[in-house]
Amino acid sequence: MRVVVDTGNHIAALAAKLAKPDVIAAYPITPQTTIVEKIAEYVAKGEFSGDYICVESEHSAMSACIGASAAGARTFTATSAHGLLLMHEMLHWAALARLPIVMVNVNRAIGPGWTIWSDQNDSMAQRDTGWIQIYCSSNQEIFDSIIQAFKLAEHKDVQLPVMVCYDGFILSHTSMPVKVPEQEEIDDFLPKREPAWILDPENPVTHGNIIMPKDYPSIRKAMQDAQENAKKLIPEIAEEWKERFGTYHGDLIEKYRCEDADYIIMSYAALGAESKVVIDMLRKKGKKVGLARLRVFRPFPSEDILSLAENADLIVIDRSISIGFEGPLFTEVKSCLYGKSDAKVYGFIAGLGGKDVRYTDIGKIVDRVIERKQDGVLWYDVEGGK
Amino acid sequence: MKKYDVVTTLSYPKTGAMGKTGTWRIFRPILNKDKCVKCLRCWIFCPEGAIIRKEDDSVEIDYNYCKGCGICARECKVKVITMEREE
Repeated sequence: MRVVVDTGNHIAALAAKLAKPDVIAAYPITPQTTIVEKIAEYVAKGEFSGDYICVESEHSAMSACIGASAAGARTFTATSAHGLLLMHEMLHWAALARLPIVMVNVNRAIGPGWTIWSDQNDSMAQRDTGWIQIYCSSNQEIFDSIIQAFKLAEHKDVQLPVMVCYDGFILSHTSMPVKVPEQEEIDDFLPKREPAWILDPENPVTHGNIIMPKDYPSIRKAMQDAQENAKKLIPEIAEEWKERFGTYHGDLIEKYRCEDADYIIMSYAALGAESKVVIDMLRKKGKKVGLARLRVFRPFPSEDILSLAENADLIVIDRSISIGFEGPLFTEVKSCLYGKSDAKVYGFIAGLGGKDVRYTDIGKIVDRVIERKQDGVLWYDVEGGK
Repeated sequence: MKKYDVVTTLSYPKTGAMGKTGTWRIFRPILNKDKCVKCLRCWIFCPEGAIIRKEDDSVEIDYNYCKGCGICARECKVKVITMEREE
């Protein structure tokens, strides 16, 4: 075990290298670019012996990963924002073909206006593709989640691709110390992939072929079952990692001072980490507030949220917006409580397009709920802070 | 070798993997064997492998899988394959 101080992107590249993928296919896009550059550097120095495919677009990057994964390769890619959107068709393809590809998505807002800063609209728009989605709030969590993602994706009861997301610049270009296990320790934690089926000229198979209406629903149901299996396996894998390497970031949800809380802030990614700071501040003022930071958005941890809502009202802060309705987490939190809980749920939109959300802003959001009984969805950056 | 299964669309090659595709046929190719010159153009051009080539290079049509596209009739240089509407 050694400690490396580096940016989120360089840590992601390091994690990818240590997971020993056979194939990496990626196309550079801000703010993901330094991952691609770092991997190229590993190739140049002879530190990465897999195939690194230089593709002409993100659609091709995902297509190459699909082909490689179908041939039995462990496969990694990384992208951001418009790159992720260009992949959209192939994201469905990867999930329906049940290929355990691991991808980093460095969250970036969508243009126009042209923006390179963080929000989660890019990955939230991929919610229904069948990919497992993990949101990180520190560089250590990025490292741990990428290696764990391979183990999860390749598990025989899952066999689904995994997207590891974190905020552009806020994490991607910020250096933090990260505990990095030795290669042998990683190899021991993450054995070689054992695919269920492979494309092999000696033993030919067609995949992605026509499927009749009577059979199609069962492949969708199998994906749903696999997501349910992932819900059990994510905490197990995180626990195993903790025992081996000592770092831990929560199971499906990281809970902080929730036990006796009257209000629980619910958020994800960097906003989640920011919220932690404000909890201590509010507690000192005698306000019983806790934090539930969603690590996993798919599979959605509905049972955990239901138990959080037993004794507390929920304040949901989305760095994303489903235009025409509301924040995606806000919608889903309410839907899993429907008919089972009387907890009030408050929704806020904050931090779109990289708008800075400081812990003091989150404090103001909590005040709006406690002091002013703010109801409905509030666009904090636009209407709030007043 | 295979240790577990995963539910997705996989098809292993075998005769009739997709069922009897001959039921899709609207026009049926009828070969007049007496006038066939064994040039094998129909056998080469059939996209479905539904023309069966015999030892002596005579041919038969496999109606279980012939979809009735009519390519054999079009390519036949002596025009001894005719397309007739299925009953």
